This record gives sequence, structure tokens and C-alpha cells, in this order.
Amino acid sequence: MTLSPSWIICEHCDSLYQSVPLAKGQAAQCVRCGAVLARASRWSVQQLFALSITAALLFVFANAFPVIKISLEGLSNEATLWQSVEALAYGRISLIAAVTGLTIILAPCLQIILLCWLLGFANVGRAAPGFKTCMRTLEHLRPWSMLEVCLLGILVAIVKLAGMLDVHPGLGLWALSMLTVLIILISGKDIRRLWDDLEGRY
Amino acid sequence: MSAPPYARDLQLMLCHTCGQVCSQSVHHCPRCDGAVHRRKPNSLTRTWAFLLASLIFYVPANLLPVMYTNMFGSGSENTILSGVYEFWSHGSWDIALLIFIASVVVPCIKFFVLATLLISCQRRSHWAMRERARLYRFIEVIGYWSMLDVIVVALVAALVQFRALSSIEPRMGILFFGLVVVLTMWAAMSFDPRLIWDVEVEDV
Repeated sequence: MTLSPSWIICEHCDSLYQSVPLAKGQAAQCVRCGAVLARASRWSVQQLFALSITAALLFVFANAFPVIKISLEGLSNEATLWQSVEALAYGRISLIAAVTGLTIILAPCLQIILLCWLLGFANVGRAAPGFKTCMRTLEHLRPWSMLEVCLLGILVAIVKLAGMLDVHPGLGLWALSMLTVLIILISGKDIRRLWDDLEGRY
Repeated sequence: MSAPPYARDLQLMLCHTCGQVCSQSVHHCPRCDGAVHRRKPNSLTRTWAFLLASLIFYVPANLLPVMYTNMFGSGSENTILSGVYEFWSHGSWDIALLIFIASVVVPCIKFFVLATLLISCQRRSHWAMRERARLYRFIEVIGYWSMLDVIVVALVAALVQFRALSSIEPRMGILFFGLVVVLTMWAAMSFDPRLIWDVEVEDV
């Protein structure tokens, strides 16, 4: 049996379909299990690249500046994302610091770097060196990137502490909230289009 | 409308990494070099193992304190549930509800749904296949929100460090709780939702 490039298989129930071209905003749904088979890509490679660079800049701001500042009877303190991870590296429970560091700093950081690398080359019509490895790594990173959970966690922490002392959101928090939106936009399955766009060049 | 054919009947399989359709004779995807399997290897056994491990860890996660608060010399330890209760009794029912959903409701739904899926697949059940498929996608989406409490403890412990005046430190419970989240995520990832539909082919 010859393989046709226009086939798609539903990852949730193994149904085989002939893929049809989708207009912007359309999505194909599996008739057997109801899962989404494919979505029309919202962005061109150029737009994705621009968003990735923006995300990289915001990532620097989100990590360099404190996300929350507090003050209590003349004393004040502030925490960046990295300091929060460090606070968990406390004796026997240090393992949880590694997990937290992966989910709120390392995974988003790698995602942004890999996206910039892949899209930068794709933008000039070439496959980046190590194309296959980078694409596979991005797929494996996706479930471990939890910036949206981190953002909600910060908001909960602000409310939690506001009862005891004065709390002020830091510059990092504004950068982080914009970064979270961008990561949701760029880290989806849209990037898989590069397999077709750069066919035969990797 | 007739049902679409199953890829396994046509000797085809899907590469989960890049979405390529591969023939069943290969072990690595010809496009992305990732490993491909007809079904996730030992899916039921692995999912059971991760699920049981996370259930065991869920006990100390709830019984052990997750943080120690020292306010003006008086110290107290909080478990997840006592933290929720404290918010509730101070009138912030919204935050209490949020934390309760993220750290109790979400993990419990995951345990329950995964066990239901595993048992129904092992019994080769034809019951509510479409709904079970939807349940699986649902726990994939909600799963990681349980990390919320870990992140809150991290931030609060990093911020409140005023030596003798007041300080907050993380405690053992948060480690177990974080591991429960990671283990249930692994459990959900190793479950193969295609097993729900396999009985349709095999039992005919």
C-alpha cells in the first residue's frame, strides 16, 4: 500500500481520514471520537517568528524583575521567579524545586529558544541545523510548560499575603502576563506546519 | 454517514511526535526519526503503575504540612486542607474554592477517571465510548493545574523572609503533592485512548 501524504490519523481513536484544506478559523473534527484532527494555522511563519522574538524579550523581563514586592513595618522584600524556585530548594524537598524550575522557567525558556531558532531559519526558507531534534524536543516540552498556572499562582499568592502585609505587583508580573498569552499562541501545534513547508530540506 | 476506517486495519500507524502517517513495518518515523508504536507500549500496566504510585503519594501529600508560618514569634504548620479552611474562615471563599478545586478536586477527578478508563478498557467494554474518549481529553487539559499550590508555596516562602519577625518555609507535604501531579501527568500520558476503540475491531 502506498502512503499518501494527504492522510491524517486521529490520535485519539486511530481513524483514518483524507485531509481537506481548511480556511482560516476552521477546524477538522473526528466523527468517531469528537477530537480535533487539525486546525487551520492562524499565523504565517513570519508572524510566528515575530511573536517568538517578542516572547524572548518578555521572558528576559519576566525573569529579571521581581514579580511581587511586599512590605511589613518598614521592612520590604521582593521575589523573582528564580528566587521562588530557590525557596523550595530546602533540605530534603529540593526535588520539588527542580520540578517547579522545569515547569515555570526551563521549559518555557527552551520553547522560546527552539521556536526562535527554527522559525528564524524557516523565515528565509531553510531548515535549521538539528531541525528534527529541535522539532521533537518542542513536542515533548509542551505538556511541561505551565506559565498559565504560574500566573494564577502569583495572583493567589498576592491575595493570600494581602491580608497580612502590603503587597505590590512588580514589573516582572506585567511581563509575565503578556508572555503567558504569547506562549499560548505560539507553542501550539501550529509549528508542525514546518514539516510540510520545508519538505525535502531537512 | 459511514464510519471512517481504522488505520490499524490498513496497516498504518500515526507518529505522535510529528503527525506523519507511517506504515506498520517501521519502528522510527521516516520524517522525524521519533519512535513510533502501533499502540503506546504496555499502556495499561504503565498507567496502573503511575496511578497507584500517585494514589499512595496523595496520602502524605494531604496529611503532612505543606508550609510552616512564623508570624511575630508564633509558629504554625499548615496542610493543604487546613490552608483552604483558613481562607474560608477568613471570608475569602473565592480563593479557598480556587485552591480546593486545584489541589483536591482536580487530582481526585484524575484518579477516578483514569481508574474508570483502565477498568473499562480491561473489561473490553463497549459502554459510552465517545464519552470516555471525551473524559480522557478532559483530564489531559485539567491535569497540570494542580501545580498551583506548589507555585503559591514557592512564592510565599520566597517573599516572607523577615528573620525573627516573620518567615514562611516549605515543608515535606509539598514535595509529595508535586510528585502526585507529575505522576498523574505521566499516568495520563501513558494511557492510550485508542484502546477504547480497539474492541470495536477485535470483537466483531
